[in-house]
Amino acid sequence: MGINYVYPDYEVIRNIDRCIACRVCERQCANEVHHYDKELGKMTADESKCVNCHRCVSLCPTRALKIVKTDHTFKPNANWTGETINEVYRQAGTGGVLLSSMGNPKNYPIYWDKILINASQVTNPPIDPLREPMETRTFLGKKPLDIKRNADGCFDTNLPPQLELSVPIMFSAMSLGSISYNAHKSLAVAAEKLGIFYNTGEGGLHEDFYQYGKNTIVQIASGRFGVHKGYLNTGAAFEIKMGQGAKPGIGGHLPGTKIVGDISRTRMIPEGADAISPAPHHDIYSIEDLRQLVFSLKEATDYKKPVIVKIAAVHNVAAIASGIARSGADIISIDGYRGGTGAAPTRIRDSVGIPIELALASVDERLRQEGIRGNVSIVVGGSIRNSADIVKAIALGADAVYIGTSALLALGCHLCRSCHDGKCNWGIATQRPDLVKRLNPEIGAERLVNLVHAWEHEIKEMLGGMGINSIEALKGNRLMLRGIGLNQKELEILGIKHAGE
Amino acid sequence: MYREGEVRIPSGCAISGIISRKGKNICGDLAVKSISIMHDRSNGLGGGFAGYGIYPQYKDFYALHIFYEGNSAREECERFLDRHFDVINLSKIPVRKTSKITNEPLIWRYFVTPLPTKLTDSQLEEKEFVSRSVIKINTLINGAYVFSSGKNMGVFKAVGFPEDVGEFYRLDEYEGYAWTAHGRYPTNTPGWWGGAHPFAMLDFSIVHNGEISSYDANRRFIEMFGYKCTLQTDTEVITYIFDYLVRKQGLSLKDASKVVSAPFWSKIDKLPQDEKEKLTYLRNVYSSLLITGPFSIILGFNGGLIALNDRLKLRSMVIGEKDDVVYISSEESAIRIIQPNLDKIWSPNGGEPVIITLEGGAV
Amino acid sequence: MKRIYAREEWCLGCHLCEYNCAFANSGLDTMTKLKGIKINPRIQVEENDGIFYAVSCRHCEEPLCVKGCITGALSIKDGVIHINKEKCVGCFTCILSCPYGCIMPAETGVIQKCELCQTNSKGSPACVSGCPNRAIVFEEG
Repeated sequence: MGINYVYPDYEVIRNIDRCIACRVCERQCANEVHHYDKELGKMTADESKCVNCHRCVSLCPTRALKIVKTDHTFKPNANWTGETINEVYRQAGTGGVLLSSMGNPKNYPIYWDKILINASQVTNPPIDPLREPMETRTFLGKKPLDIKRNADGCFDTNLPPQLELSVPIMFSAMSLGSISYNAHKSLAVAAEKLGIFYNTGEGGLHEDFYQYGKNTIVQIASGRFGVHKGYLNTGAAFEIKMGQGAKPGIGGHLPGTKIVGDISRTRMIPEGADAISPAPHHDIYSIEDLRQLVFSLKEATDYKKPVIVKIAAVHNVAAIASGIARSGADIISIDGYRGGTGAAPTRIRDSVGIPIELALASVDERLRQEGIRGNVSIVVGGSIRNSADIVKAIALGADAVYIGTSALLALGCHLCRSCHDGKCNWGIATQRPDLVKRLNPEIGAERLVNLVHAWEHEIKEMLGGMGINSIEALKGNRLMLRGIGLNQKELEILGIKHAGE
Repeated sequence: MYREGEVRIPSGCAISGIISRKGKNICGDLAVKSISIMHDRSNGLGGGFAGYGIYPQYKDFYALHIFYEGNSAREECERFLDRHFDVINLSKIPVRKTSKITNEPLIWRYFVTPLPTKLTDSQLEEKEFVSRSVIKINTLINGAYVFSSGKNMGVFKAVGFPEDVGEFYRLDEYEGYAWTAHGRYPTNTPGWWGGAHPFAMLDFSIVHNGEISSYDANRRFIEMFGYKCTLQTDTEVITYIFDYLVRKQGLSLKDASKVVSAPFWSKIDKLPQDEKEKLTYLRNVYSSLLITGPFSIILGFNGGLIALNDRLKLRSMVIGEKDDVVYISSEESAIRIIQPNLDKIWSPNGGEPVIITLEGGAV
Repeated sequence: MKRIYAREEWCLGCHLCEYNCAFANSGLDTMTKLKGIKINPRIQVEENDGIFYAVSCRHCEEPLCVKGCITGALSIKDGVIHINKEKCVGCFTCILSCPYGCIMPAETGVIQKCELCQTNSKGSPACVSGCPNRAIVFEEG
């Protein structure tokens, strides 16, 4: 109260004519917003606790609830918005760093939405994916510069290790700990069903999920949590995480309260101990150190698995990627500034890094200029929101995309961006057993499979429209894109023409 | 109005080809006659021919056919040639003036061989030296354009209907073991001779009917290996792809065809293990050289022709045979007009290369 | 035969099944009209110490309730145990004999039990279709 008082952001609107006081909202809200008042004989709400996750709204059987943004206001000010003012109050009250979750929500340009896709007319027939084969199979990994032949003249078909994807989509790294056991299980089961890969994130791999190893990318981050030989040998590929789009330049912190039971065992750290990932890998202070880690991992696993190096999209991303492409890595994954997170300092999330569209375009072009594009595959993430984003990413030059937030949305996430509270009402970003069980992985996996299938259909439709019948022929095919409302510099970086040109 | 190369211009087309397996001489006017019957498939904005075995007296020398916009470009280019090549013979290409072909550039022909010292210094293989020199002239010397650079072969092309182009270049005076011909139907008016087809690089020449949808994926990949797609045409990029796969990567023409017009995964997955492994390997390693969208091409090379369709066969192409002579064309009519009595005629499946080589091998 | 199974592992104790059951058997056209009514559902969520599961008639192969019914009001048709409310005299023998506690008195004085929504307008179990976490399933045993 008093100087520290912040008026709630949201108001719970209950249509009292519709409410039958079944109390589902009360039982399902981990934030304890709803309460049945016996004296009044009706439901009440304390909106100051509401995070706007829509769990109550979604489960209310009589559609009696909605959440609205409050119209309570400061004196309107384009510079000092209510949010900005409240953040100052909160920091003045606590002396703490502001924390946020999920991707950067600020009103920066979304380049995907300023790029348009081509279609065939007259001179070149569109292809109907319902009648003709339409291929989405993709291989990730290093391609040799020259073919080798055996003594009998046949091709030596042994390639550096490759990942085969049925569609160029993978689930991005989300650690067990930042998300729940059931969320991980949903991703693993779906990846196996879809013939794609999910990524453990930096929290190790739960023993129950070793069975999904051939569809698992195991991550090695600066904290090295849960990394051991069995872990490395189980995964289909490794990902060395150098950075994350939501928080480039800083490490991670999973509070000790979440390091319980399986999480502690999987991460190989004591229960209750904070899991702190340092900002750098302390054995990688430069590119030559990275090369050593890449080859250490390859040595440990007999050169049978591709190594992915994941970096955040930062200003000189093209030069960094060029260095990585010569480091022995097989795949580079780039995470844009809109990439999600379970918790990040707000200022970093909202102010550091660059858009993935621009990073991708400049990395792909740079590697081609240097003639080393075949050294590595490029995977991009950091807000791939739909199938059109994927088509645009591949046409700009990506080999595949990572989806994180979209996958969580499929699992029920309503983007309330309160993951750091650990009270996810949808059973995703929480370790509370009563909340974790809200995500039935049978349903979760089914919905992920549905989402990827739906996108696959749409990708095929768009490919067909362009007269293309294989995703390979879209890769780097920038002539299939046009910009709209972009300036000359932006077009130049994206390597595309403006609509009408 | 942009010139060809500054803008990408889609075209429809007619193509035809003739080859004698026994290497017998075929007069150029036969190719002219064949392509002219498909008059309606061109619109007068480009026609051209490639003849193989037409320069037996100079067969050990690269025959450079060059368009010049003026004498200063020619002088600059000739200085370049003198610095890098031994020029055995040079002359204007003889033409027959016709009212239907106008605005012609200067058209010169040089028979050359690389200067041994330059070649050694470059540390390049001879063909690579020549191909880089051609790319250098075409990109760096303003107003000069090399449109033919193989041995014992030559390209003749212009803005106009193909029958008029044949007349203009006096093709009735040339004989060779194989010919390809092209009539162009661009959807825009380029008005530039360099943009006509065939497109050639060293011995490879391509006539193409179609509009490939994979163009920029193919272009951006192939440009990593020293090629510059200055014309922005399908034909140019397809020629470079074959040059890269066959000359630089050592693939057979058949395997190269399986890269650009790859079998579908659904088919590959059902093949015997070794075949499956090979095709999976090719599709994976050269994934960016898969060509999609409609095309029918005739690729000429030293010693033969290949006919190839896109894997969905979105463009017509028929092949006829009579004794040792094989005829390829967009339409059957263009074959019947020069050979009414065929032993057989068929339409090859999409993605299935038809390779016709001289019985004695390359010349 | 398809039966309703409760999966304790996934039951959140939200009690929505009870409301869906009550509404399905109420004959009302909108659930909103349950307002102010104390519902008496045929499925009930048992809970203790953070463990929840929904209980409804098992449709036993050898049902004690049917055996014990003194008027023949309870009968088995295609494996489903139905109640004929015209015949029921409200002796509650079935309630006493059901080992699962799945039969209960109805407001009308007779008994009520789950009939898999076969006799109401839903046609298939409303508790199953309304469960947000697939904690109640209707499947072959």
